[in-house]
Amino acid sequence: MKYIDEYRDGRLAMDIARQIVATADLVRSYHFMEFCGGHTHAISRYGLEDLLPPNVRMIHGPGCPVCVLPIGRIDAAIALAMRPEVTLCTYGDLMRVPGSDGSNLLKAKAAGADIRMVYSTLDALRIAEAEPNRDVVFFAIGFETTTPPTALALKAAIAKGLGNFSIFCNHVLTPAAIQNILESPDVRKLGTIKIDGFIGPAHVSTVIGTEPYEFFAEEFQKPVVVAGFEPLDVIQAILMLVRQVNDGRHEVENQYIRAVTVFGNEKAQAEVANFFELRESFEWRGLGEVPYGALRLRPQYATYDAEKRFSMVTPAAKDNPACECGAILRGARNPADCKLFGTVCTPDTPMGSCMVSSEGACAAHWTYGRLREKARQADAGRAVA
Amino acid sequence: MNKMGVKAYTWKLDIANGRVDLSHGAGGRAMGQLIEDIFHKALDNDWLRAGNDQSTFAVPSGRMVMTTDGYVVSPLFFPGGNIGTLAVHGTINDIAMAGAVPLYLSACFIIEEGFPLADLECIAQSMGDASRETGVPIITGDTKVVERGKADGVFISTAGVGRVPDGLDLRADAAQPGDAVIISGSIGDHGVAVMSKRENLEFDTAIISDSAALHGLVAAMVAAGGKHIRLMRDPTRGGIAATLNEIANQSKIGFHIDEEAIPLKPEVAAACEFLGLDPLNVANEGKLVAVVAPDGADVVLAAMQAHPLGAEAMLIGHAVADENCFVQMATSFGGGRIVDWLSGEQLPRIC
Repeated sequence: MKYIDEYRDGRLAMDIARQIVATADLVRSYHFMEFCGGHTHAISRYGLEDLLPPNVRMIHGPGCPVCVLPIGRIDAAIALAMRPEVTLCTYGDLMRVPGSDGSNLLKAKAAGADIRMVYSTLDALRIAEAEPNRDVVFFAIGFETTTPPTALALKAAIAKGLGNFSIFCNHVLTPAAIQNILESPDVRKLGTIKIDGFIGPAHVSTVIGTEPYEFFAEEFQKPVVVAGFEPLDVIQAILMLVRQVNDGRHEVENQYIRAVTVFGNEKAQAEVANFFELRESFEWRGLGEVPYGALRLRPQYATYDAEKRFSMVTPAAKDNPACECGAILRGARNPADCKLFGTVCTPDTPMGSCMVSSEGACAAHWTYGRLREKARQADAGRAVA
Repeated sequence: MNKMGVKAYTWKLDIANGRVDLSHGAGGRAMGQLIEDIFHKALDNDWLRAGNDQSTFAVPSGRMVMTTDGYVVSPLFFPGGNIGTLAVHGTINDIAMAGAVPLYLSACFIIEEGFPLADLECIAQSMGDASRETGVPIITGDTKVVERGKADGVFISTAGVGRVPDGLDLRADAAQPGDAVIISGSIGDHGVAVMSKRENLEFDTAIISDSAALHGLVAAMVAAGGKHIRLMRDPTRGGIAATLNEIANQSKIGFHIDEEAIPLKPEVAAACEFLGLDPLNVANEGKLVAVVAPDGADVVLAAMQAHPLGAEAMLIGHAVADENCFVQMATSFGGGRIVDWLSGEQLPRIC
C-alpha cells in the first residue's frame, strides 16, 4: 500500500496547503475547474476544499462519461436491449442512468431485457464467444482512457471471426469538451463564469499526452496542469495553477510525471485511429452538441457498429426543464443552486446527469458536500446575527 | 437403516456425481432419502432424529428474541466459508446483537434443479460443523426444489431464537450524544473475499471472509459492561456506513468518526482501491459495531480486545447531537466529509 499511502500523507498535504495560502494573492480570487470526475471524487472524498483558502475555489467540470451521455442514447440502448435477439453488455454505473419517462437499463432488465453488467470489454467478448446464438452488443462509453480497450476488443473480435459481437460507440474526447466550455458565451463573452485554469485528467493524458492541451492553453490563455487522482496530486496541481496565475503564465504543466509524457501512448493512439474516426458533432448531456467531441467506428467496420447493424435511432429527448445540469457542468451554477437538488433529485432518484454517477458534481456534493453547505449557512447565519 | 431395521431406499444416493432433481422436492421417497442422507447426517441432533415436522423445546424464563434471514450469496463458496456457514453465523449474530444467548435455529433450503449433490452435502456439512462449534443446534428445517433457472443454485433461509439476559434492553434508538462507537475488528474482509471469486471479477488475494458467530464475544461484553451498552449491530450489507447511518436515524443523533482509527487490512484497502470501492460500504460477516455509554467504553473495549474475535477492536468515534443525523468522518488527509448510505449496489467505477 505504500505506493498509495505516500500520495495520501496528511502532513505533506498540510505543507502544500500552507504554500497555497502563502502563494495565493489575498486581493484576487482563483477559480479552477477540475475537468474529470475522478478529481471531483478525490476532492470530495478527502475533504480537500477544507484545506484551501477561501479565495481558491474549485469548479466541478463535465468530466464524467456517465454524466454526459445524453438521454436519447440511453433510450436507444434500452430499445436495443429490448430486442429479443440482443444481449447488451454494460458497465454497472450505466444501469441507473435515467432515460426519458423515468426508465433506465435496470428497469429494462427487470422487464425482461437481456442486459449483463460487465467489468471490461473482454467480458463482453467472452459472452459473445460462449453464446454464439446471441447478438452481443458492448455499450462503450468513456473518454480517451477507455477507448483503447474497446479498440482492442474489436481487434480480438475480428481476429476470432466473432460475427455476433458489436459496439454501441459513445466514446467522447476531452480537449473538445474543454474547448466547448471555454467557447460558451457565459465564459467567453459574458464573463459570468470565471475560470482561471484547468486541472487536466492524468489517465486521459497517459493515452493522449499533454500536447493536445497546448492549443487552447495558448488560444484561451488558460493554464492547464495535468494531474493524478491521489489527493496529494490534486493539491499540488492547485499550487502549480496558483503560481501560473500569479506569474501571468498559461502553460501546460505536467504534475503526473510518473506516467504522463508529452505525446502519450502512441501505440494505443494508433489502435484507436485504426478503428475510430471523429464524429462531426455529438450531443453531450448538459453541454449540447459538441463539434468533433466524440468517436464512431470507421465505415469499414460497419458490421461491428451496433448503430448501423441494428439501424439504431437516437430519439430526441429532453432533460427535466428544471434540471440545472448544463449550467453545473459548465461551472455556471453550483449543485445546491438547483431546485431539484436534494428534493426530487438524489443519488437514489437521479433526475439529471450530474446526480447519476458517484463522480458527478451533484452526487459528489450530495455525498460529501452537504455538510459543508450546512456549515456555510450556519456561519452566514451567525454573521448576520 | 430406518427404525424398522429395513433398508428404506432402493438405490444409494450418488452424492459424488448426482444432481438434485425435481423428485427430491416432491415429497416422496427421493425427498426422504435426500433429507436423511444429507441434512440429517450433517446436522445430526436429537430433535432432527425424532423425525417430526416441527421440534418441541423448553422455553427458558425471561425475554426471548427471534429473528429470520435469507441467504442468496453469489458465489456460494468463497474463501473462508460458504452460504451454509454464513446462514448459521448470520442468524446467530442477529440474535446476539440483542445481547442475547442464541438457543435454536431452523433452516429452509430452496434448491435449483440440477444442483450437484456433492455441493449440497458440503454446504450441509459446513452448517453442521458451524452449528456444533457454536453450540446452537438446527432443530427443524424444510427442503424445496425449484425448476432450473428459478433459483441460483441454492438459497437458504434460517430463523433463530434466543434468550436476552435479565436487565439487558438494547434498542436501536438508544444512542446518545457522547456515546463511544466501537468496532470489533477490521472492516471489508467478507465483501472483498466474495468479490474476489465473483464471475468476471476474479482476482488473487489472501483475504478470507471474516464470517464468524459473535455470541461468545457478545457474552464477554455483556459480562464486563452490559449495563453500559446502548446497542449493537453487525455491519453486513452496506458496511459500517449503512450501519452508522441506520443507528443515527433511529436514535436521532449524528456520529463523528475518525478514518485513521478504523481497522482496515492493507490487502482489503488495496482491493477496494483497485475496484474503486469505499471499504466503509463493503460487507462484513463477523464484526459488530457497539455504541457504549461514555463511562463504560474502556471496560467494554478491554473485554472485546481480550476475546479472539475482538482482538483488533478499536474506538472509532463518538455520537454527537445533530438534527441532520449526519455521519461525519475526519479523513486521514486532514479534511472532513460525510459518510453516506450507499445508493444502489456498489459497483466498480468505469475509469
